Amino acid sequence: MTRSLETFGAWLLAVLWILPLAYAVWAAVHPTEFSTRFVLSAPLTLANFEAAWDAAPFARYFVNTIMLVTLILAAQLVLCTLAAYAFARYEFPGRDLAFALVLVQLMVMPDVLIVENYRTMSKLGILDSTLAIGLPYMASAFGVFLMRQTFKQVPKELDEAARVEGASALQVLWKVYVPLGIPVYVAYGLVSVSYHWNNFLWPIIVTNTVNSRPLTVGLQVFSATDQGIDWSIICAATLMTSAPLLIAFLLFQRQFVQSFMRAGIR
Amino acid sequence: MNRITAQVHGWLLLLPAAVLLAVFTHYPAGATLWHSFFSTPKPSRPGVFVGLDNYRGMVEDPVFWQSLANNLWFALGTIPVSIALALLMAVWVNGKLAGRAFLRLAYFTPTVLPMIAVANIWLFFFTPQYGLLEQFTGLFGLPNHNWLGSRESALGCLIVVTVWKEAGFFMIFYLAALQAIPPSLYEAARIEGAGGWTVFRRITFPLLMPTTLFVLVNAVINSFRLVDHIVVMTRGGPDNATSLLLYYIYEVGFKFWDVAYASALTMVLLVILAAAAVVQFGFLERRIHYR
Repeated sequence: MTRSLETFGAWLLAVLWILPLAYAVWAAVHPTEFSTRFVLSAPLTLANFEAAWDAAPFARYFVNTIMLVTLILAAQLVLCTLAAYAFARYEFPGRDLAFALVLVQLMVMPDVLIVENYRTMSKLGILDSTLAIGLPYMASAFGVFLMRQTFKQVPKELDEAARVEGASALQVLWKVYVPLGIPVYVAYGLVSVSYHWNNFLWPIIVTNTVNSRPLTVGLQVFSATDQGIDWSIICAATLMTSAPLLIAFLLFQRQFVQSFMRAGIR
Repeated sequence: MNRITAQVHGWLLLLPAAVLLAVFTHYPAGATLWHSFFSTPKPSRPGVFVGLDNYRGMVEDPVFWQSLANNLWFALGTIPVSIALALLMAVWVNGKLAGRAFLRLAYFTPTVLPMIAVANIWLFFFTPQYGLLEQFTGLFGLPNHNWLGSRESALGCLIVVTVWKEAGFFMIFYLAALQAIPPSLYEAARIEGAGGWTVFRRITFPLLMPTTLFVLVNAVINSFRLVDHIVVMTRGGPDNATSLLLYYIYEVGFKFWDVAYASALTMVLLVILAAAAVVQFGFLERRIHYR
């Protein structure tokens, strides 16, 4: 009795939770006149996607977003790996203080320092560029923290054995530590890509042309123009911008959930 | 490898990340404080030292107080509900209910979608007259209501969207913690004849305490950081009823271009986040004793 009541509650909540997405799919694949009329005989169409695709330079936005998440992730992986290796395996004066200073970024995120970081980007003369969107996020305190934990669990004997064979510090890092950290890299990578694919406030501040706008900003510019763009087209555009992440999530559900478990706090 | 070389290597490995962190986290935090004591620079004239004038202006600014109050209500509205729902979801997904895979999928999906995109969908839910919510309440003969357009309900709508977006994310942490609880504890409880609710209250909930504190800190930070949906759904309106602190900073800094005042406002946000940091570090030490 309680069991079936629980099952009912769980399913009710799940249906409520999926409803907004389900509605967006409904509106996007049917003609506008069916956007609030839910009849099964409504004809299917891809016209809304075509209309959205033609109404704004979404192809360019896709390229910008892909470049952005690639740039950020590549920089994060390199910078955080090097720094984490230093914190995990080296003794140097000021190490603990430096680590504490790194952790400050867990609380004072770049999302909050928009005014000063805009000033800096303006001084550097790189406003309205992919680099400007990415720079504040490249040295990620969370990445350093996560990889330091991982590297600390690597047995020191492996490290020493490689050094006895004459490997340099960077070779040891590359041959011993990085391969053992791959599951953590995957987890961190998934979280980082989903975060920056979806990021909005800083990109909207620092970009102002099609050349650098990521998808999220492009979508906002597109749907905020009130000149009679209808809901079906906005829903189509919305789905389009979320599609790559959503499809990846549906295909690799288990990995996604486990990654967020492992690396949830970005 | 001698000690000095090791020290130099250590610093060299750290250097690239340290430079970027210093330039884009530590410097801007300090510069925010510094610039909050100056007037906003104009093309004709650089900013001059004005002491505490920006802060005095802030104390007298009703929109600042309104944003702060809104933010507190927003935090109070989102945090307990999303944490409670997250726990409930985790218990359900971790249990033996039919269709667990679908449940997990449904609960977690909002986490991977861009806030800016889902806010567009929710916007249509709340649209006056032909929005979905209006059509639904219309079925019961309830009068029309402009959900996002009236002061009483606009913030509530944003809270609903935020809870919907966050609960599945927090669920993940509870799920990880639930899976780490040894089954022997539950077996022992069953032998003692404890009922489902007693088991939850006496075993599950206390063991989840560290997770709850961790999620709580994250939820507090998020409640001061999430403003994407405001840009789409209300732009702080009607009449500043949905302006949150970070959104107000964004408006002052990048719509009114009063960067000096925006710096003073940012300082308030930094103080709030620092307070959250103090709580988290206090709790992190306690967490070690749990393990």
